[in-house]
Amino acid sequence: MEMILVVDHEKCTGCRACEMVCSVKHTGVNNPTRSRINVIKWPMEGFDLPMLCQQCEEAPCIAVCPKDALSQDLVLGRVTLNYDLCIGCKMCVTACPFGGMGIDTVVQRVIKCDLCDGDPTCVRFCDPGALQYVPASTVNLMKKRDAGWKFSELMKKSSLISSNE
Amino acid sequence: MALNRKIAYIDLTTGEFKTAPIPIEMRELYLGGRGLDMYLLYNHIEPGVDPLGPDNVLTVSAGLLGATLASASTRTHIGAKSPLTGFIGSSNMGGYFAPELRWAGFDHLVIKGKAESPSYLWIHNGEIEIRDASDVWGENVFDTQELIRQELGDPEVKVLCIGIAGENMVRYANVMTGMKDAAGRSGMGAVMGSKNLKAIAVRGTMDLEIRFPEQALEYNQSLIEHISSTKFAKIMQKWGTMFIYGVTNTTGLVRVRNFQLNQQVGGNIECEHIEKYALGTEGCYGCIIHCRHKYQIREGPHAGIYGQGPEYTSQGAFGMEVGCNEFETVLVANHLVNKYGLDTLETGSMIAWAMELYEKGILTDEDTGNLKLEWGNDEVVLEMIKLIAERKGLGDILAEGPLRAAKKIGKDSIKYLIHVKGMSNLHSDERPTPSLALGIATGSRGSDHLRSRPAIDLYHLPQELLRKIYGGPKPYDGPLSSDYTSYEGKPRMVLWQEMMYEAIDSVGVCKFHSIFLSPNLIAFEELSKLIYYNTGLEFTPEEIWDIADRAYTIERLFNIREGLTREHDWLVDRYFDEPTPVGLPIVRNKSIDREKFKQMIDEYYEMHGWDENGVPRPETLEKLGLDAEPSHKL
Ligand code: SF4
Ligand code: SF4
Ligand code: SF4
Repeated sequence: MEMILVVDHEKCTGCRACEMVCSVKHTGVNNPTRSRINVIKWPMEGFDLPMLCQQCEEAPCIAVCPKDALSQDLVLGRVTLNYDLCIGCKMCVTACPFGGMGIDTVVQRVIKCDLCDGDPTCVRFCDPGALQYVPASTVNLMKKRDAGWKFSELMKKSSLISSNE
Repeated sequence: MALNRKIAYIDLTTGEFKTAPIPIEMRELYLGGRGLDMYLLYNHIEPGVDPLGPDNVLTVSAGLLGATLASASTRTHIGAKSPLTGFIGSSNMGGYFAPELRWAGFDHLVIKGKAESPSYLWIHNGEIEIRDASDVWGENVFDTQELIRQELGDPEVKVLCIGIAGENMVRYANVMTGMKDAAGRSGMGAVMGSKNLKAIAVRGTMDLEIRFPEQALEYNQSLIEHISSTKFAKIMQKWGTMFIYGVTNTTGLVRVRNFQLNQQVGGNIECEHIEKYALGTEGCYGCIIHCRHKYQIREGPHAGIYGQGPEYTSQGAFGMEVGCNEFETVLVANHLVNKYGLDTLETGSMIAWAMELYEKGILTDEDTGNLKLEWGNDEVVLEMIKLIAERKGLGDILAEGPLRAAKKIGKDSIKYLIHVKGMSNLHSDERPTPSLALGIATGSRGSDHLRSRPAIDLYHLPQELLRKIYGGPKPYDGPLSSDYTSYEGKPRMVLWQEMMYEAIDSVGVCKFHSIFLSPNLIAFEELSKLIYYNTGLEFTPEEIWDIADRAYTIERLFNIREGLTREHDWLVDRYFDEPTPVGLPIVRNKSIDREKFKQMIDEYYEMHGWDENGVPRPETLEKLGLDAEPSHKL
């Protein structure tokens, strides 16, 4: 079953645990610049947005890679990077509209989310549930449920108002 | 390695600095964070210096576990000689500063001297620069951070700074980062102001090695799952520390109208009110408890205010203490103290004290500049906050802190102060709870609920559980009582918490993850594992206790060197002479018994290996390896 990693920024508390564990998992060190996920924070507005590779279907990074080092992995539903083929030209970094392709300046290679081969570490550590790994086929159902819940709250309020009138 | 972070000595007078590694032996003696800061302060501050003069030394540090896989490994510790108490100054804060400091290559900053003109430090990947801050001098806490980020051209820069209260050397000005993270207690912001140091900006991209990454990930995950499953975490995630008010106010364990009542009637300040204003919650670095609300006031005269918090302390400071019954006043006041960079607790206490003086006729309209300092006059409370930060009118006097202000006001104003060592008490009433009373009376930085408070004493926990917690890691088979009104066995609880908080402050993990408000969280055993997996250093739980004991004792030595005597470990008369007027039967009509309290202090000193004057005995110093201090190894 194809799974996808979805972000619900409304649940994100901006704690950056996902960054920390992604970095430690992949490099053994905690260095946010080497993490595949980054939490973009607007500290004075209290807005936090975790950003990572979207595993695009029509991936710009794949399109620009001159060495076919990037490809679709249909089993895990990810865009996968083959370091044996990669020449480090960083075209993918330029092409990615989300900053999903990064550069690890310590080992001098491009990096991207590999979904931890199907067991995303960041998801395991995101206690508030802002990151979830769910079947692609039902992701919209999940969103519908969330939206529906908010909608039902509004409906309850409005029926309360009308019953009070 | 997490152990290769450096110490930087910065002289603001000469503009010179040098850096040095932190030897493993010093880690083994003090861990880092607060512990090592205490060693540095004892070694670098000459006895008797003016806390607001250039000879005071300010330390800023990350804990040994900062930015490692250790739950909320986020705290920044700040130390100096306190301008409020004249004793040890020490305060820590959450947010994102300490991890960034570590990525920039440093664990401890030792800042001396005084800059000629307003300056800020810019620290990045091992580099240190002193920069001109005249453009941000006079700016509030929030704008200062943003302006410095803009100037440095990097939105990822983390800034800690002072507001105008620190610039004006209000003796309880705090140091802040973000919207609400405050090193609030003991006036560290005034020390920064006295040094013309507006801010410290950091940015780093250096690796922080985790010694055993796989095990650290695994252990941290199990710890997080455990913490997250506790009732405490669930309540904190929803309400933050504001949940405490419901319990303590219903019982009658809060301080109302300075010290006149121990229960607030008609206060509309329960945590549930936050729902109307909340936009969600924020966590500090790596934290799953995310105890702080993001809130916005949408309508009315204060519409547009965006803030974070408030904590229980602000409910106390701007709710029950000053007799304000409106939740919105707490929100606005909380926003103001953060914006100006004032300690919320001390500010509320000073205003409440002034209100009692006004009520008693000790302060008159002439003294207040016609401000009607009446209980529940919300607008006047908000105005007073501003006057204190700006040091205008009566605010200038209150800015001096309890003892100095009482001296200036004279008459018998001192009688109405609720303080220990010149620092105001939390807005809790400790008359029915001897253990909590002992904690505030003996705390090294002055009256303090975060130095040694055995808060779980309030839960009437069963004996077996108390034994399990307080019976180790150093053996103790003396009495332990589940009754919080008892005097029995409480010195052990206070001592144990003292060691726990010293240890957790030295690794830089948030206290809310340790045994503080819940009996089910991290203690010495877990710290031992966290330290090992993350840094490779091996300490048994007993050894961590010893390290904490060493650091706490050096705080004591610092205080003694500054003139502390047994008399300073004492409460104001009202604790002994005025019984609690209201509350549930268990807390009503209670006062502290002088004789029993004296005995408790004797017992507490004895457990520490201190003599009857509270001075560590020579054999205690020898046992802790403190007999040759100051040793100037760092
Ligand atoms: S771990 Fe979850 S809550 Fe924390 S920053 Fe990442 S996405 Fe947000
Ligand atoms: S799934 Fe794995 S690689 Fe991708 S962001 Fe999360 S932790 Fe990093
Ligand atoms: S519990 Fe609160 S203060 Fe402590 S680290 Fe978490 S968010 Fe910060």
